Amino acid sequence: AMLDPDRGLSLTIARVVQRLQGSSLHSQLERQARVSLHKPEIKLESLKEDIKDFLKTSGWEKKLQNAVYSELNVFPSPCHPAAPPEHIKEPLAYMRKAQGSWEKRILKSLNSMCTELNIPLAQKRPVNEQKELLNKWNEMGTDEPDLSLFRPVYAPKDFLEVLMNLRNPNYENGEQPSFRNHLGLIQVPLKVKDIPELKEDFSELGLNIGQLGIDDSAQVPPEFFENEHVRVGQKVLAEQDSAAAQQYVRQGCPTALRADLWALILNISNQPEDILYYEQLKSNVIQHNLLVDSLIYKDVKLTASNDDYYFVFEDYLYQVLLCFSRDTSVLEHFTYSSATPPKSYIQGKLGMEEYAVFYPPNGVIPFHGFSMYVAPLCFLYHEPSKLYQIFREMYVRFFFRLHSISSHPSGIVSLCLLFETLLQTHLPQLFYHLREIGAQPLRISFKWMVRAFSGYLATDQLLLLWDRILGYNSLEILAVLAAAVFAFRAVNLMEVTSLAAAEAVLADLSTLKVMPLLQIFLFATVT
Amino acid sequence: FRIMAGKVKWVTDIEKSVLINNFEKRGWIQVAENEDWNFYWMSVQTIRNVFSVETGYRLSDDQIVNHFPNHYELTRKDLMVKNIKRYRKELEKEGSPLAEKDENGKYIYLDFVPVTFMLPADYNLFVEEFRKNPSSTWIMKPCGKAQGKGIFLINKLSQIKKWSRDSKTSSFVSQSSKEAYVISLYINNPLLIGGKKFDLRLYVLVSTYRPLRCYMYKLGFCRFCTVKYTPSTSELDNMFVHLTNVAIQKHGDDYNHIHGGKWTVSNLRLYLESTRGKEVTNKLFDEIHWIIVQSLKAVAPVMNNDKHCFECYGYDIIIDDKLKPWLIEVKVFFFSLLYVNASPSLTSSTANDRILKYNLINDTLNIAVPNGEIPDCKWNKSPPKEVLGNYEVLYDEEMAQSDGTDRDLRGRPGQSPGVKGSRARDSGKPVLTTWK
Repeated sequence: AMLDPDRGLSLTIARVVQRLQGSSLHSQLERQARVSLHKPEIKLESLKEDIKDFLKTSGWEKKLQNAVYSELNVFPSPCHPAAPPEHIKEPLAYMRKAQGSWEKRILKSLNSMCTELNIPLAQKRPVNEQKELLNKWNEMGTDEPDLSLFRPVYAPKDFLEVLMNLRNPNYENGEQPSFRNHLGLIQVPLKVKDIPELKEDFSELGLNIGQLGIDDSAQVPPEFFENEHVRVGQKVLAEQDSAAAQQYVRQGCPTALRADLWALILNISNQPEDILYYEQLKSNVIQHNLLVDSLIYKDVKLTASNDDYYFVFEDYLYQVLLCFSRDTSVLEHFTYSSATPPKSYIQGKLGMEEYAVFYPPNGVIPFHGFSMYVAPLCFLYHEPSKLYQIFREMYVRFFFRLHSISSHPSGIVSLCLLFETLLQTHLPQLFYHLREIGAQPLRISFKWMVRAFSGYLATDQLLLLWDRILGYNSLEILAVLAAAVFAFRAVNLMEVTSLAAAEAVLADLSTLKVMPLLQIFLFATVT
Repeated sequence: FRIMAGKVKWVTDIEKSVLINNFEKRGWIQVAENEDWNFYWMSVQTIRNVFSVETGYRLSDDQIVNHFPNHYELTRKDLMVKNIKRYRKELEKEGSPLAEKDENGKYIYLDFVPVTFMLPADYNLFVEEFRKNPSSTWIMKPCGKAQGKGIFLINKLSQIKKWSRDSKTSSFVSQSSKEAYVISLYINNPLLIGGKKFDLRLYVLVSTYRPLRCYMYKLGFCRFCTVKYTPSTSELDNMFVHLTNVAIQKHGDDYNHIHGGKWTVSNLRLYLESTRGKEVTNKLFDEIHWIIVQSLKAVAPVMNNDKHCFECYGYDIIIDDKLKPWLIEVKVFFFSLLYVNASPSLTSSTANDRILKYNLINDTLNIAVPNGEIPDCKWNKSPPKEVLGNYEVLYDEEMAQSDGTDRDLRGRPGQSPGVKGSRARDSGKPVLTTWK
């Protein structure tokens, strides 16, 4: 049943009001309003109007606007008021079921590791260990704990196997493969966009519109585009307008402005209470040891520490991820994520709800490569609490969709299907060839998309890509880029005769320039 | 007259594949040292012999070597400092604006080498300086050694007693170059990234000193310390923390053989622009180019500008937390690779390293030996822009002098490739500087 738009709007308003009520912004606005009473321009007879004007001129209305905008971005539009909460998480029952099974598997894997190694999921640290850790807080990378017995709970390829086996029980998948069938690995009928729709959605990437990543290259005089774009960016920052910033970054961020622009879009201002909150998380880390900490260490050591760009920031990664695991505010995102945080029970009280805790406290079990979501952000933010907040916001807006099973257009399942469909439709020869030699394209591109290309692209290119994720508030660009990469290397790929050879052709993406690839694929390819 | 036909004949006494592969891919022919050769890539020992007075070696017009005879004026720590000090004094004497000083008596534009003294010669001068700041740390480096050997830090006069000329307890240290040390003020506020200390290694090719023509390799890199940096004195003994020299870092537990603890200069630029802004980053890189050129100008008058010579240097630079670059040392390029293979346990640092050095040599040869043909030392040493590869013109004195009167050209990128540092944009983006 279609929701009457007015009803939808009032529901949205009600939800936003509810979320912002009692927030620190709310109390600050109240305080500001009260303080303004002393000002001469506030007159009793026109109190309401005068206070409103004051809030406008002092920039507080803009802050409120940004907060509302942030809420609208993050939370999905409400569906029918009678819909149960799980429909907000995920409307399709079979998807919910699949996510549930997947979660059970992960938890089982974690618990068995726990039992095998005889390590508790959580443990209070002895005082001397606490002291030691506090001293070493800025250089945890120099620690060499024995991690040989730990293994990642899962790797992207395990997750891909699960996605490949997703089936919609209401959908008749005939035995006969026909031209109507999808020949890729994903066999669920989700709606994905085609190139004409993508061109419309990503219209700012068009050929006749200036882009950073293309129109700021050495051959182009900066007067053509770059200088003006920088000027506009500075203006957007001066206005402190989140919505304007989001529109602006679709054409890319100048490097010097990127950190501030992303913070504006994500509505992160690093207030004293935010810093305090981070410090509180840090003290949680000091006091308690979690099993997932070892998983985090292992992941950082295996991935970021070996990366040409990110090894420098190893210590920051621990400082962010260990705190992240303990951050219960992250649990909020489960209202709109298809995932459910795993529960653990105090020893001996299995099944008793009053002895249940979410484990880890933030409900997110890291997998192999997880630290690579944080690493690129270290190029932008060197203050730990700000870095932390930016990452947390990026996670609850975007990254969580890359490792949970849902029907959301930015969810990994849709991205995979979008990728395969684009390839099959526009490069059918390549697609069939790769399929024939046992090199299903998704097997190669899956890991790129799960990691949002972190660790595969050069950092400056990755940041240009993530500019667009923020600008369009969507992860679909990842699937488009993946297809564009295949298109770019099509000639070489047509000549390979094995999966290994195909992997080799696509092993090194570090020299790719993402914006030209995207632009050509979307706007310059004959459809 | 001589028929200049045939392939270039090369000799080397450095058995490194990155070098030899470059010769072979040009179709050059390997010959022995006592035969007729056109190109000799020598170790520093050999160059010493070639140009020594005794041997009376005469190079002909079709022969090129990869060192200047008295390169040590730049590459020996004590002589480099001596030449820079002399250069500054000369500029001061002629009233040049470059030698301007601030209210504390420090050179505004030419203060880019940390305060340095020779020991034992300047011991008393050093003590005077030391006492002005008794809590400072100083770094002792032997003049004749490389790879971080024999380097140590001191923060008390007693630690360098044996260099005191008046010392009764130790015998007078011999003046031979092996024993001589330089002592420099230790930069204890280095810029840290990810909490880690690093230094910058840049490669510079000089084809002639008078007129000065030099090129900077765009693909320089940062070398990070594997251990967290703390300025605390208890860490003074931990060489891993303080020295970023790769040879030392390699033996630290955390040395990583994939990235070798190295970052490209373009990463550095991206990080600084993103966290500090574009203007200060451009200013930093301008200053780095500036100090390299000034160091070359300082030694140019005393260099034997032999037309058969070119040379590639490795510049070590440290950036402090105020984004001021400091010139620490200039090394003859290839020295490090030479030592790396001397010990079988040390393999060439990383794969990236090998690729970088291979390409560096390739681009160097393209500039030094035009068209890969038999050289003629009477040529003007002005290669066309297309052969520069990953080099960009850092300073071209001839161009600078001819452009001096033409103010207009300053505003246009790429117009005067030599004058102020070209505006190459794919990796770094040096903005045209405002040099006089």
